[in-house]
Amino acid sequence: MTQTGSKRFEKLRQRDINKEVFVSEMPELGLIVMNSPTDPKPSIEVRDGKIVEMDGRPAADFDAIDRFIAAHAINLSEAQAAMEMGSLKIARMMVDINTPQREVMRVFSGLTPAMVAEVMSHLNVVEMMMAMQKMRQRRRPFDQAHVTNWKENPALLAADAAEAGLRGFAEEETTVRVARMAPFSALALLVGSQVGRPGVMTQISCEEALNLRLAMKGLATYAETLSVYGTIPSFLDGDDTPWSKGILASAYASRGIKSRFTSGSGSEALMGYGLGWSMLYLEIRCIMMVKGAGSQGVQNGSISCIALPESLPNGVRGVLAENLVAASLGLEVAAGNDAMSSHSQMRKTAKLMLQMLPGTDFITSGHSVMPRKDNLFGGGNFDAEDMDDWLVIQRDMQVDGGLRPVREDDVLRVREKGARAIQAVFREMGFPAITEAEVAAATTAFCSDDMPDRDSVADLQAADAFLESDKTALDVVKALARSGFEDVAESVLEMQRQRVLGDYLHTSAVFDESFTVASAVNTPNDYTGPGTGYRVEGQIWEDIQALPQALNPRALVADEAADPHLTLSPVGKATEGTGSEVIVALGPAFATAMNETLAGLAHADVLRAILDGIKGEGVAARVVKVWHGADVADIGLSGAKLSGSGIGIGLQSKGTALIHKKGLAPLNNLELLSMAPNLTLESYRALGRNAACYATGRAPSPVPMKIDNMARLRLIVHTTLLHHREVNQIDETRGVEEMKVTFG
Amino acid sequence: MTQNPAYSFPLGTHHRDEVAAKSGRPLRDMTLEFVSLGAAQPDDLAASAETLEVQAQFAREAGYPEVAKNLIRAAEMTRMPNDEILAIYEALRPGRSTYYQLLSLSQQISSMYGAEHTGAYIREAADVYRDTGLLKMDEGL
Repeated sequence: MTQTGSKRFEKLRQRDINKEVFVSEMPELGLIVMNSPTDPKPSIEVRDGKIVEMDGRPAADFDAIDRFIAAHAINLSEAQAAMEMGSLKIARMMVDINTPQREVMRVFSGLTPAMVAEVMSHLNVVEMMMAMQKMRQRRRPFDQAHVTNWKENPALLAADAAEAGLRGFAEEETTVRVARMAPFSALALLVGSQVGRPGVMTQISCEEALNLRLAMKGLATYAETLSVYGTIPSFLDGDDTPWSKGILASAYASRGIKSRFTSGSGSEALMGYGLGWSMLYLEIRCIMMVKGAGSQGVQNGSISCIALPESLPNGVRGVLAENLVAASLGLEVAAGNDAMSSHSQMRKTAKLMLQMLPGTDFITSGHSVMPRKDNLFGGGNFDAEDMDDWLVIQRDMQVDGGLRPVREDDVLRVREKGARAIQAVFREMGFPAITEAEVAAATTAFCSDDMPDRDSVADLQAADAFLESDKTALDVVKALARSGFEDVAESVLEMQRQRVLGDYLHTSAVFDESFTVASAVNTPNDYTGPGTGYRVEGQIWEDIQALPQALNPRALVADEAADPHLTLSPVGKATEGTGSEVIVALGPAFATAMNETLAGLAHADVLRAILDGIKGEGVAARVVKVWHGADVADIGLSGAKLSGSGIGIGLQSKGTALIHKKGLAPLNNLELLSMAPNLTLESYRALGRNAACYATGRAPSPVPMKIDNMARLRLIVHTTLLHHREVNQIDETRGVEEMKVTFG
Repeated sequence: MTQNPAYSFPLGTHHRDEVAAKSGRPLRDMTLEFVSLGAAQPDDLAASAETLEVQAQFAREAGYPEVAKNLIRAAEMTRMPNDEILAIYEALRPGRSTYYQLLSLSQQISSMYGAEHTGAYIREAADVYRDTGLLKMDEGL
């Protein structure tokens, strides 16, 4: 049977991108990202200090979400003027560097959900990124880590938490496979994180009431489990209402615990209650509830539902829009990028850029510090194996994605200390022992497969007892201090003291290593165009540049040296020859200042191969050195002009070679071997043979070459350095000299 | 320290020595030695209502009025034990309370803890729950 379909399409169908599901919009099922035909149209009517109509619905028809938003999330003194400005004008203010962030926030405080959605509909992704750069609440962006492991081993958790702190994460989140392990996992995260970097904030994602209990014990410093939804039926599935979630925000704050809400495109449609509204409109209702509840921030960006908007047209744009709406309403944004968003690395990275380049308060709501299989959040979008890619992207774009390069020995040091600290706490508090073998394995582990198994029954019993006891973080402080970890004890204690101060309850608050808070209150984003706002410069830029794998360029190539096996003795100015000879013209550094090509071939061997090739065809050869230039065409043509046959070979010291002919334009040669790293001695021999053929009027055959498309990528810096060396040897006064060649 | 314009943010940098915990103990007493002796009580490391009121003022002045209102409710809730807070949360979940249960909860916490704003928040929820069907079913409202 003959092939009927395209072989290229067949290949495309096998690509990662085509493992994904793409569908067209279906608004009645909520499968539409922005601008559903049934989305409400913006409107507001205020009477006697109350909203009596909003987005086309009279107050009598408000559902509980409308009621919450109308009561708590719209600034009535701004509403009339803001709504009358028109959505296009507001969209333009967002990207206008002459309109300060606070002015945009003031306008947004008076908008209804449908109006916010209409403003977003005017912005393309680049405009949204420009706006995000200005609307982000904290001046400096950071990132959040996910720290979990499949075995729920506390030593490995503490080691990973320590590494995350060292890598620059400002927050760390863990969760549990077995809910009863929560007290131990929260504890290991707290202790490990403070080993990595004092001031890192930690949280555990588990059932709401348990979460609050752990936080009250001092084992977590913030919470982000407060999920809200854009329709009441979805809310009820989560067994909550806007008021029950709102009271939790107050409850956390009353115990000095920072909290943020969670929402994101697609959850309502996924739960079957999208009500025909677009994902963005629903999400805006969520974000306005979050604002109304008085939470300092939100994690959104679709979160675990990301694949649903991504199956639809402009899904990734819609997700950026929801991040931007939250920032514009004055909320801290932990911007998603946490759940697996694509099979395709290209698509994942492209999506990430929308948050990483403008910067959000947290670029991700969880970036796995361990390999994917240990991620109990359902497998992370970015994980331990992506760390260096992330760091290189920061360096490429001079952008701060929140991470810093680390050295392996430093990582091993903090991992071991983290594991030892939790070992000491377990010992002092009478929990099941963490063995030396566990500490050693946790220090060097790739993943939890490298960890010895623990007695999980004993762990769970001890975790239950710990939860029910009156033991708190203060007992942890005591245990650390008693066992020689005074510095870690001091950090865990300072985290408790900060609850008394309450500074980190504010918008976008994080701590630096000396526990000084950086929030939108004291370090607001002051971006007003080029030259303002947070810029990657000074020490921050130095740190981002300093990849441990970055080499000193001078170390890439050996020192200047002549080839000991090849002597070139000048015998006077080269003259024009006669007969069917070939001239081999060498670059100025050849064999005298350099001794091998980019392919690592000795100059002596290369020259010998060429001469053998020429002579094998019964043709005479002369060798000259071209001192007046380093360009391979110039070298080759200079040789050709002196050649009796008019044929010359030009050979640069880095190995690039060509055959040139007298009378041709410099760049119009007969054969060019431009990929020096791919050439072998056989290539050079063939080049000599072909030159001899040209000189005697016979047909040449192709020069054999290795195919390595990545050679240029790997060797471009070497090429630059070696060519620079050749240029340095130029001596125009010497012109072209004939050389006597001695091998030995 | 409420409404005192002399305070500047962050307290940890500018007023660490002046801040006291919920228990009344100055924060500066809360040293590693003190804690290691086992002398610290949980309320020695909890925020006072007054501190959260100052934080609310910072939020209001910085342009975050909703955060400020939440911190005012939080300040009131510092006076409530953990169990009371968990009970309020449970009462506000859908279908858990009748209208009158919510109203009486509102009155109770307003009078017991001086939690006027939190009480009003619960009263508002009672009205919305009644109007939108989020009350405990057997009340019929």
